[in-house]
Amino acid sequence: MYYPRFLPLGDTALSVEFGDSISPELNQAVVDLDLAVRAAKLESITETAPSYRSLLICYEPALMSFDALVAALRGLMSLAKQTASATAVAWSVPVLYEPPFADDLPDVARQLGLSAEAIIGLHTGAAYRVYMLGFAPGWPYLGGLPEALHTSRKETPRAQVPIGAIVIGGVQAGIVPITTPSGWHIIGQTPLRPFEPDGKKPFLFGAGDSVRFRRVDKAEFDVLSALSPEALLEMVRTER
Amino acid sequence: MTPALVAVSPGPYVTIQDTGRRGWRRFGIATAGAMDIASLIFANSLVGNPADSAGLEFAHVGGEWEVAATSCRIAVTGGDFTLSVDGQKLPNWQSHSLRRGQRFIIGGAPDAVWGYIGIAGSFDIPPRFGSLATHLRSRLGGLEGGLIKPGDSLPLAAAVAPAALERRVFPRGRPNWPFRIVLGPQQDYFDPASIETFLRTTYKVTHRADRMGTWLDGPRIPHARGFNVVSDGIVPGCIQIPGAGVPVVLLKDCQTHGGYPKLATVITADLSRFAQLKPGTPLRFACIGVEAAQAIAVKYHARLAGIEHWVEDVAEEARPPPQVEPLQRQG
Repeated sequence: MYYPRFLPLGDTALSVEFGDSISPELNQAVVDLDLAVRAAKLESITETAPSYRSLLICYEPALMSFDALVAALRGLMSLAKQTASATAVAWSVPVLYEPPFADDLPDVARQLGLSAEAIIGLHTGAAYRVYMLGFAPGWPYLGGLPEALHTSRKETPRAQVPIGAIVIGGVQAGIVPITTPSGWHIIGQTPLRPFEPDGKKPFLFGAGDSVRFRRVDKAEFDVLSALSPEALLEMVRTER
Repeated sequence: MTPALVAVSPGPYVTIQDTGRRGWRRFGIATAGAMDIASLIFANSLVGNPADSAGLEFAHVGGEWEVAATSCRIAVTGGDFTLSVDGQKLPNWQSHSLRRGQRFIIGGAPDAVWGYIGIAGSFDIPPRFGSLATHLRSRLGGLEGGLIKPGDSLPLAAAVAPAALERRVFPRGRPNWPFRIVLGPQQDYFDPASIETFLRTTYKVTHRADRMGTWLDGPRIPHARGFNVVSDGIVPGCIQIPGAGVPVVLLKDCQTHGGYPKLATVITADLSRFAQLKPGTPLRFACIGVEAAQAIAVKYHARLAGIEHWVEDVAEEARPPPQVEPLQRQG
């Protein structure tokens, strides 16, 4: 199979596929092309959406044919590396890994044969990458969960997972942006809000960002929870 | 008093919808918007609104509504839905100006699932992310992101109905020819024989259908190389084949990303017609190339842009007899 591949999704969208696996390198190629496409401001392109290993491009067929768009994208691809700017952000996400928030920590400990402390150590010790936002508004798909923390999902999904829940499921880690049903395990809670629909910056994360989790105690959690969203953001944004 | 439309006894699945939300997919925000775009545009055109104004969308039945404004112009489209005002039957696909306190009831239609109520001036509700379209799953848009409930009062932007003549349109029936698809993006997850089966089969629409998608009934389409793809972008129209091998056609409220193989995508011009199929309806798919699909899409968009030309004024003499005074309610 030769990559990149240009695959149609009907008559108004196409997918530029860079590979068939999950890796930071493939995802970076996606993020780079996304930046280049957005910088080019082609009238025919209505929106783009990065995912793990491909970039979705929605376009107006009246303004550009599939073949012409593919040609334009090949041209942009050669420029992509150069236009990539340092837009990615490094986040240090404060997490309280204690009741009443860490509902599933005992279950996960049992399933994995690890102590709760060991799970917290592994979770805070890893570096994660935001591969994409999807599934729900502002939901970051985080890659980089240590293999020792890979779990099977809950047999019965929980009807309501609260905003700010720190979750793991399968090979993925997540930070819940909206109250939603989910089969992932809740192991902690952050005062951060990945989705603030009325805020100046409604979406905290972007594809390509890096994330680390930092353990906080109840006292610090309460202090952070009381901060304004802007002040809280300043605290958790770390420079690269 | 703020002009409003009151949901006295709305149908079970009524939402505020416009032509959808664009540009936020990268943040996980779905398109949403009317399931039958042309019918929403007709409803808007009949009441004198811009094409992309928000109206009410209902599934199967519209329910009972009351005008809480000096006057209000409405039109019901989507299918042959019954419409009555204070007990008097009125034509659908035509605008009607109602006075304060008048109630209208919208029943079912033999030829459609999704119906639309166009309201002159639309709603006085702030858009979310550039649109009033309700996305139920993320509780975004419309009236606090939810279904319209009995007793809800929807604030209107206009306190009185427009002075212009009432308008009407004679809707064309929907053809029952096959639904045209473009193969991909993941047809390589299926053997040619499976794709052949898919294209030869007469499927049936099941009851498992909502704004997110429609599950079809028919033979299994086996996967050639498993059913887990690395999650990637999806758009309304994508035909996903989950593990059980039964096709699901994704519609306006579908998530932005998905992890099942997508065999094909229904072309834009056929998607509203697909959404309007009632459970139990047989259907087939026909494969076309992306260039052909694009040519059809361009014509389709031109037709949508020209909907206004199909709508005509109702001559004074053709108007229905004057409406009876509304009943005085007790208390």
